[in-house]
Amino acid sequence: MNVLETSGLGKRYRSTWALRECNLAVPAGRIVALVGPNGAGKTTLLHCAVGLIPPTTGSITVLDGFAAGSPGALESIAFVAQDAPLHQHLSVQAMLSVAAGLNTRFDEPEAIRRLTALGIPHDRKVARLSGGQQAQLALTLSVARSPSLLVLDEPLARLDPLARHDFMAHVMATVAEQEMSVLFSSHVVSELGRVADYLVVLASGRVQMAGDIDELLASHMLLSGPADDAERIARRFPVVQSVGAGRRVQMLVRVGRPSDQPGSTETLDAGWERDEVSLEELVLGYLRDPAASMLPGPMGQLPDDARELAR
Amino acid sequence: MMIDKQSPCGAGVPSSPVVFRLDPRSGVPTYLQLVHQVEHALRLGHLREGDQLPRVKDIVASLSINPNTVLKAYRELEHKGIAGGRPGQGTFIEAVPEVVGLEHLTRLRTSLAKGWLTDATAAGLDEESIVALFMSVLRDFRDRAEPSRAERSSRSLASRRSRSGVA
Repeated sequence: MNVLETSGLGKRYRSTWALRECNLAVPAGRIVALVGPNGAGKTTLLHCAVGLIPPTTGSITVLDGFAAGSPGALESIAFVAQDAPLHQHLSVQAMLSVAAGLNTRFDEPEAIRRLTALGIPHDRKVARLSGGQQAQLALTLSVARSPSLLVLDEPLARLDPLARHDFMAHVMATVAEQEMSVLFSSHVVSELGRVADYLVVLASGRVQMAGDIDELLASHMLLSGPADDAERIARRFPVVQSVGAGRRVQMLVRVGRPSDQPGSTETLDAGWERDEVSLEELVLGYLRDPAASMLPGPMGQLPDDARELAR
Repeated sequence: MMIDKQSPCGAGVPSSPVVFRLDPRSGVPTYLQLVHQVEHALRLGHLREGDQLPRVKDIVASLSINPNTVLKAYRELEHKGIAGGRPGQGTFIEAVPEVVGLEHLTRLRTSLAKGWLTDATAAGLDEESIVALFMSVLRDFRDRAEPSRAERSSRSLASRRSRSGVA
């Protein structure tokens, strides 16, 4: 089952395409990080997924085939928008009552237990809570509905490091307890590796790369060697990014599925060093070069030559 | 994924004698850091046969990491025969890994010091070059042994997932 599926999805605001030709098939049970620079189309994609805006082109379904925004989809999706929308003038207790009254399914005792454990005073006005506490309150209200899919738009953007840690810990513990997929957007790349296991990279409204993080890392490699030999290597492997001036060059290359390359790059000649790529390097590499797009499952479409030589 | 349906909030579960921590700069994958820490605790005698490892939920809540990472670590420990999952209860230490004999260790130590290290120093390698060279050879050595192992562990992931779903 796929928790999110899009086909030719596009969204145009007047003359600008915020999202275009977006094809995704995200399996259920994953923690998906949606990454990209500001203005890449992350929020637009999330808003399409939760049914807040209709797509201009293509289709989008969630949770095994429900059209985004349909009653069946809304029943099982929880969404926390960018600014953790809460009624600032209400007390925490009143906010709980509102949420309980608005939802057919709402585990109020669990929500109260959770807020107590977090040390959030029930009688305090929302406006007087810290940013971290407000984010935790919004999250608590969302997961009390026992959603199958939790969608978070930039949940960490305005939180300090401690609040970020506590917020994600809360999300992770909920995932361990309930059967829940998570889709969250972020423009911070460095902390993703510990929480996400599936990655979608957006740039200028297009999907640059999508897939299981372990597989993505295993199918890329950093090669460094003599610059005058770079062209020959570039003919053997698809190059995502190439940096360096002068005599040495460092290239981020794609080497196909791990199973396609038993001995990895043992055939690489002397003078070339290979290194594993970190998640941050991989994401930045794709973001720097929007032309190097890697759609879901393209690894099988590597030029035969590259797969052969990767052995 | 339903992982820890047993005992709400740790009631009745004795606290585990191992506390995990992560070093983000080590470059060692998170799941391997967890595996190493269990092995380390076993070596030092903090963990014994029959001890329960921390529940997945508790680890992810304290370290803020993906539950799958913890499952992967526990799977690796099961694969090594060190730990075993008991349906509905959790993961327990089943066997203490064989420690390399002291005699064996001494012999390896001597051969490294008197043989290779002496050679390397005589050839003019400084300490950093020695470490770099050793790590590079070790990585190549591991890569050659790796593919079959990676395949095995991805298979056990699928079986573990289906099992934990019904636990």
